[in-house]
Amino acid sequence: MAPIVELRNVSKFFGSGPSRTVALDDMTFSVDEDFAKIVTIAGESGSGKTTILMLLLGFYDPSLGSVMYRGKDLRKLDKDDTVDFRRNVQAVFQDPFAVYNPFYKVDNLLSIPIKNFKIAKGKEESRHLMETALTRVGLRPEETLGRFPHQLSGGQRQRIAVARALILKPKILLADEPVSMVDASLRATLLKQIRDLNQELQIPILYITHDLTTSYHVSDYIIVLYHGSVMEAGNVEEVIRSPKHPYTKLLVNSIPWPDPNMLWGATAEEVKGKAAELGTHACKFANRCPHAFEPCVKEQPDLFRTNKGTQVAACFLFQGSETLAKDKLGTLFTK
Amino acid sequence: MKQPLVEIKDLKTYFYVKAGTVKAVDGLTLTVETGTKLGLVGESGSGKTTMALAIMRMIRPPGTIQGQILVDGVDLLKLSEEEMRKARLSKIAMIPQGAMNSLNPVARIKDQVLDGMLDHGEKFARGEEEKRVAYLLDMVGLQAKVAKMFPHELSGGMKQRVTAAIALSMHPKVLIADEPTSALDVVIQREVMEMITRLVNDLNLSMILIGHDMGLMAQTVDRLAVMYAGHIMEIGDVRDMFADPLHPYTKALINSLPVLGNRGVFHGIPGVPPSVINPPPGCPFASRCPDVIAGICESQTAPLRELRPGRWVACHLYDGEK
Repeated sequence: MAPIVELRNVSKFFGSGPSRTVALDDMTFSVDEDFAKIVTIAGESGSGKTTILMLLLGFYDPSLGSVMYRGKDLRKLDKDDTVDFRRNVQAVFQDPFAVYNPFYKVDNLLSIPIKNFKIAKGKEESRHLMETALTRVGLRPEETLGRFPHQLSGGQRQRIAVARALILKPKILLADEPVSMVDASLRATLLKQIRDLNQELQIPILYITHDLTTSYHVSDYIIVLYHGSVMEAGNVEEVIRSPKHPYTKLLVNSIPWPDPNMLWGATAEEVKGKAAELGTHACKFANRCPHAFEPCVKEQPDLFRTNKGTQVAACFLFQGSETLAKDKLGTLFTK
Repeated sequence: MKQPLVEIKDLKTYFYVKAGTVKAVDGLTLTVETGTKLGLVGESGSGKTTMALAIMRMIRPPGTIQGQILVDGVDLLKLSEEEMRKARLSKIAMIPQGAMNSLNPVARIKDQVLDGMLDHGEKFARGEEEKRVAYLLDMVGLQAKVAKMFPHELSGGMKQRVTAAIALSMHPKVLIADEPTSALDVVIQREVMEMITRLVNDLNLSMILIGHDMGLMAQTVDRLAVMYAGHIMEIGDVRDMFADPLHPYTKALINSLPVLGNRGVFHGIPGVPPSVINPPPGCPFASRCPDVIAGICESQTAPLRELRPGRWVACHLYDGEK
């Protein structure tokens, strides 16, 4: 099956000259249309995770490389393809407050796409579609439709965004921190709905987050980013339970598990603070890495296979293992 | 049993607005012993930040504060405005939510750290100011050169450390930390939380840590209070609470958390919290509670009772016990 979205050797820089920020560094990654799994893209702020989302949605142009939708360059889509792209690639954003225009009723988020993509014939069918979708995400249509955004809670608003995805039946969903601004008691419900969406529509979902606990819960595979480069990737259960890369270890050790018997840093290693800037040819984590040695500051490590080949880590500690070409990252994620 | 340093008795914070009375905090009783870290968890709108502001007496009209807030035997609500101003920072200090926005963008860090102390009448000999600032910055793990910087030159974690330095500048006895790490990355969150915990232990402070992240609570606090719609539902030692939650809300909350091992299992809490504007009578959780007792829970508020030593629960399910 052909990839629905694809990043081909994409780099994104902000600013120019030697002080430019490398938000994403030569990333190649594609998602097949029939790959009905959830892939987490995890990282701290500045890791490039939101940049990936903005590139995939066409909100940013890549500095190098190209972003493809169904084999066509996103910048060169014709009118029909653009409509197709806008319908099939849907997103749920982080901030449930910012996606709504406070002057319009929340109905707009659902009714406008129905109208623009000509999904329903007439008002009644449109209304029916909206009501069914809202019911499916656990909202009462009569308490939701006709209201203004400020009359609903963050959780309710986020669920309307999921309902929108249900109506549009996209071919891929990009979820950018969908639960980070939602209360704990509603988080599990929302994650379940995202999981259900994935199962029911049989579509791939990219789940972008800094929160490894929710990613562990909801996703199948994970890609860990640091300063625009892939540090580790693999099956989420394996990566979280036995991280190989020192950076992933640091992240996993910093998860505040809700269990007083599993305390922070029990297995933590001493991590250096941010030291001098590294050249462009070093491993990006080298200046904080407790294991850094000579090769780390000379060149960027390849993706070395670990854990019997099902996991990769960009770290010289695994030098000698078989390598995985950067553009073959997707082969780790089996259907 | 340690001596209670903070005793809050029947604290009520009501806002009288056009739509009715907002009972943000409704009859809350709580004690914090010297050297104890108490966690206060609750969803947004449960009144946890309002409670923190009430302890600092920083609620503005139309809000009102009733009840008793005893810190070291002194009722803060009986102090004059001037006495209260002196007590803030020197007796009871707060690390506010969102450190990003609580520093003055056009003042150097040094001046912001000194501001509170100078305002409280501390006098410094020539050259002592720099030393004090450097000492405070060092305490929170920052280099002395930070003193000359402006907030925009610092990262989020560093700003949060600065607010901690300010809060601790006059050696208060009680520290209230309102979601001190909610805007930080996991790694930085751990570093900042470890720094705060170390200082609280070293200086033998009492801390009230406010937040919604049960994971952070499990890692940090000694005692945990669960708040819902302006009421405390349960208080106990953090280990007991996680091992054996008694209140149905605490149970549901702990059940909804992702832990290692139960991947892909989701237990959300159905329903939404009730409005705190003219709240209905009875237990606020009754409409979402799986163990609701018909005819009792909807009409009578369950009082917070000590079921076991140190373990307080507000639930009719335990009416029969003791």
